[in-house]
Amino acid sequence: MRIERDIIYIILGFIVLMVVVPWTAGQLSDQVFFNWPFFFEVAIGGLLSGVMYSLIALGFVLIFKASGVFNFSQGAIVLFAALTLVGLHGLGLPMWLAIVATMGVMFLLAVAIERLVLSKLVNQEPIILFMATIGIAYFLDGFGQTLWGSEVKVLNLGISEAPGFYFDGQILINDFDLFAAGIAAVMVVVLGIFFQYTRIGRALRAVADDHQAALSVGIPLKHIWIIVWTVAGLVGLVAGIMWGSKMGVQFALSLIALKALPVLILGGFTSVPGAIIGGLIIGAGEKLAEVFLAPMIGGGIEEWFAYMLALAFLAFRPQGLFGEKIIERV
Amino acid sequence: MIYREAGVYKSTYRADHAIFTIPQDRWSMIGIFAIAFLLIPAVGSEYWLGAIMLPFLILALAALGLNILTGYCGQLSLGTGGFMATGAFSAYKLATAFPDVHILFVILGAGLIAAAVGILFGIPSLRIKGFYLAVATLASQFFLIWMFITFGWFTNYSASGVISAPPMTIIGDIFVTGPQATLVAKYLFTLSIVVVMALVAKNLVRSNIGREWMAVRDMDIAAEIIGIPMLSTKLKAFAVSSFFCGVAGALWAFLYTGSVSPLAFGVDRSFQVLFMIIIGGLGSVMGAFLGAAFIVLLPILLNNLPTMLGLNIKTDMISHMEYMIFGALIVFFLIVEPHGLARLWSLLKEKLRLWPFPH
Amino acid sequence: MSNQDTPLLQINNIEVIYDHVILVLKGVSLTVPKGSIIALLGANGAGKSTTLKSISGLLGAERGVVTKGNILYKDQPVESQSPADLVDHGVIQVMEGRHCFEHLTIEENLLTGAYTLSGGRKAVAKNLEMVYQYFPRLAERRKSQAGYTSGGEQQMCAVGRALMSNPEMILLDEPSMGLAPQLVEDIFEIIKQLNEQEGVTFLLAEQNTNIALRYSDFGYIMENGRIVMEGLASELAENEDVKEFYLGISKEGKKNFRDVKNYRRRKRWLT
Repeated sequence: MRIERDIIYIILGFIVLMVVVPWTAGQLSDQVFFNWPFFFEVAIGGLLSGVMYSLIALGFVLIFKASGVFNFSQGAIVLFAALTLVGLHGLGLPMWLAIVATMGVMFLLAVAIERLVLSKLVNQEPIILFMATIGIAYFLDGFGQTLWGSEVKVLNLGISEAPGFYFDGQILINDFDLFAAGIAAVMVVVLGIFFQYTRIGRALRAVADDHQAALSVGIPLKHIWIIVWTVAGLVGLVAGIMWGSKMGVQFALSLIALKALPVLILGGFTSVPGAIIGGLIIGAGEKLAEVFLAPMIGGGIEEWFAYMLALAFLAFRPQGLFGEKIIERV
Repeated sequence: MIYREAGVYKSTYRADHAIFTIPQDRWSMIGIFAIAFLLIPAVGSEYWLGAIMLPFLILALAALGLNILTGYCGQLSLGTGGFMATGAFSAYKLATAFPDVHILFVILGAGLIAAAVGILFGIPSLRIKGFYLAVATLASQFFLIWMFITFGWFTNYSASGVISAPPMTIIGDIFVTGPQATLVAKYLFTLSIVVVMALVAKNLVRSNIGREWMAVRDMDIAAEIIGIPMLSTKLKAFAVSSFFCGVAGALWAFLYTGSVSPLAFGVDRSFQVLFMIIIGGLGSVMGAFLGAAFIVLLPILLNNLPTMLGLNIKTDMISHMEYMIFGALIVFFLIVEPHGLARLWSLLKEKLRLWPFPH
Repeated sequence: MSNQDTPLLQINNIEVIYDHVILVLKGVSLTVPKGSIIALLGANGAGKSTTLKSISGLLGAERGVVTKGNILYKDQPVESQSPADLVDHGVIQVMEGRHCFEHLTIEENLLTGAYTLSGGRKAVAKNLEMVYQYFPRLAERRKSQAGYTSGGEQQMCAVGRALMSNPEMILLDEPSMGLAPQLVEDIFEIIKQLNEQEGVTFLLAEQNTNIALRYSDFGYIMENGRIVMEGLASELAENEDVKEFYLGISKEGKKNFRDVKNYRRRKRWLT
């Protein structure tokens, strides 16, 4: 990928902002506590939690890239996958079998969505498909909880939640977060290769550009949609496992999707690496702002800070950092 | 053959430019007004007026506002709740700071403040398009709600963060807000505002401005090339739309609930209004009303359905089932008619015109 | 299976309705023999594109339905087949207005055309070679994004993409749209070559009557959802009415309005 100059400038500007502002604030004010190891600890913690946002954003990107559908139901898919996994495990299946079975369920879900919804809405405007995915989100939220109940469930992967100390014990990092980051990195590489270099990947991108033309050259939309929703379901499952073991499997998982949206516009709807880098920037920015800026302007800013940050980036690149240029011809 | 334009002769341009050129349309509108202004207040029960008609009218107004922005100007927005909250809180600040000002001016002022905020958050639309813009408008949604929660000034430092409407009269001692107000007075007051604003909207979208909006919606580059100024056209849409939403928010806080916290205008509200215009029909004034009716009535129906059928289901189960059915119905409607109830209506008219022949 | 006697494609008296209300085709019949170039002519809204879409199965995506009549390709009805099946069986449509995949490069565009192709990498590479031979211009632009190429290159790309699937029959919708006369000539020249060298049958919808009749074997003229005239291309080009109404050449200078009506009366409803 050709990295353009303004991307580098934007990222440099961001780093300056996130380092210089807290540092100055720390020097000038008594209320803001600032020292370098603590700063790095917060930044690294932010980067790693950003990876978790990226995992959810990835699901969005996949479906958008492959079918041009802005899939609002990704959060609900994450919740549904996690609920199903925990539910099946609770029925007595061993963990690995439960995971395989959940993958099967995600495939069936993809088939059902294609059969019942998408195939009936071919060639409709994007906003209609967007609304349909909101409908799917409502349905899945209700369905999963009707099926498996709505109380908070514990999901334990057996990875220690205990903090590990690195760099001579000065900086505290969660082993679990490192594990999540590793998983995310692997997924990005695999998906990137899949999209760029395989026959199906190319067909997916073609469908995203023009449904009807894709139909006319003989790409079977049905199969493509089933494939892409299955893959999004699997990505959702991974995200569900990660988030579920971090905060318990509960309805709030579905709302994390709202956190992933700024990641998405920052990275660009169509870029897999964009989802990761966007996640890192949002994660680090959010944590740093929470710790170093919130004392200055009031608490609770993490609700909107990510959005404002993304908005600031969009002013310079309207299609996100790595999004495909919008090609317009009159 | 039942519905027809044939036989209607117009000899002046005025007649040709009228809103309802066909007698059938004119008569049915008069009929609807008669029912709304006379029949419903006379026979409607407390529950019907307070719990169904009021939220329906107010949400229809908000849907009208969003429809101007999204349906006519093509700018997808998820910030409706934020603009409604702006309207509600500015109305509260105006009413408490200037207690002698008439309620109509309070509502008007609230709408204007919301319009100004709308313009501010509409500026990014000049650079950002489509779903990127939709997500960007969520920024305004979250930011505005956070602002009303965090800064006590907006709620006059009330401990609970809830604002309550002061009692206000329309003329003499006919109260429309506060505990003395009767539901009939509230209903008629809301209805009048909604009718007037709906007529304004209808005329606005068939005027020059409306055509500019639609040109921008259908292809903004082409619109720019034929000389439609992008900046002012888009910002006009944001201003008018936020004005409508702001008035709706003020009515919601003052007339419907009486007291309200910022959370009542959360992102769920934005989605609810968006559902209304999609189900009702994008780019249609009537669609906003049809959609609002559908979305307001559906949960009430779903809520009462188990009792009506005599089923005994646990309450948390019911709420999950409600989600499911609501989601499924949304999808179902989109499949049956992606262009909404308004389009269904015009198809029906098309059929009636040719009836009894199929085509 | 088909031989020289049974036509490759046969349309019998089809009627198409959009959105349950709008009747667009009112009984259209035509036959396409194997190895021929057939032109479908007519003004805007005559129903040419709808005819092509009802063959390739793309109508469903636009809420259109074939309500009467049938379409036989190699004696098999096409109604039950999806567009992808049809491409697999050798019918492919090149849509009006080109419809390239804007964000894919030219080469990737061509490769998507080989989606249904069996025979692995070798077969794909062979077809790619063939397309580049017919359209050397595409070989030069192979790495550029299709959205940034010129209209003519996009049209070539669309035709080339269709060729990648080894089609027996290409439904070509308005290849001349928005192109310079010289380019139109080039495109038609290539169509002729493809027809002669690769044995591809063409059914093309075209507004440019003049050039379409020059390159085709047989022509149908459509108006308001009906076929009003048919004949060998050479005969049509000589027909007085066609000359007057579609080619703009008249024997006796300007005609008055009554004569125009007279022509309309002579039209046939069905062929």
